[in-house]
Amino acid sequence: MPIYLAAAYAVFWALTFVLVFSIWLRQQKLEQEISDLAARLERSDKNTG
Amino acid sequence: MRKLGQDWLGIVLAGLSSAALFVALGMVFLYAPREATMGDVQRIFYFHVASAWVGFFAFFVTFAAGIGYLARGERRWDILALSSVEIGLTFITMTVVTGSLWARPAWGTYWTWEPRLTISAVQLLIYIAYGMLRAAIESPERKARFAAVYGIVAFVTVPLSWFAIRWWRTIHPDILTSGEGMAMTSRMVHTLLTSLAAFTLLYATLLRQRTRLERAADALAWLRLRAENEKGV
Repeated sequence: MPIYLAAAYAVFWALTFVLVFSIWLRQQKLEQEISDLAARLERSDKNTG
Repeated sequence: MRKLGQDWLGIVLAGLSSAALFVALGMVFLYAPREATMGDVQRIFYFHVASAWVGFFAFFVTFAAGIGYLARGERRWDILALSSVEIGLTFITMTVVTGSLWARPAWGTYWTWEPRLTISAVQLLIYIAYGMLRAAIESPERKARFAAVYGIVAFVTVPLSWFAIRWWRTIHPDILTSGEGMAMTSRMVHTLLTSLAAFTLLYATLLRQRTRLERAADALAWLRLRAENEKGV
């Protein structure tokens, strides 16, 4: 397989992976923040209730 | 930990686009014939054209969503425009890089400042600036309004890029409408159409996940604000 052909398809997979991974990473961060906020609210409820 | 919710349509789309991509890849290497003049390196063409199609389509969605935002003022149009720009940028980068890798054996150089390539480079910079513009404005409403106008104006680069190889003298071939550069056999056309369909499905999958992410970020921001106001946490 010519090197340029292999490189072009490698670029396609690499960029697709970077985009999917970055969306996944941001989603994980968001879920973590939601979880932290839920825990803080729960603690606050216990203190005031 | 609280999850964002199971997205069955997203899962189905992801499965379909993965399967379609593998079918397209199989057709590129096993079904499409070896091109007589350029040889195997011509196989770059299928994913190069498909990524350009998705890039252009993504910028069109940003253009349409910008009009939608200006007409209705609803955040969902802004989310759609922003998400589509991010995906469009990725695919136009793919187009430029795969094009350069095709140009090296075909033209003897990775890059030349001819009209189509120059417009593609300018287009990339213009859509990178879209993100910079959003980052520079704090007020969400102003950010969305300015970005909508910018997304509408920036779209002019898409028809310019499409017509560049028809209006000006250029070394970039016009394979799709004039057949110049190489003769397309029916197997080549099938492979190209399959690649276009697979990339369109991939775009739909990515767009769905990216818009969900933005909506979830909005929900979190609203929740945090409410928690601070009500509980002082």
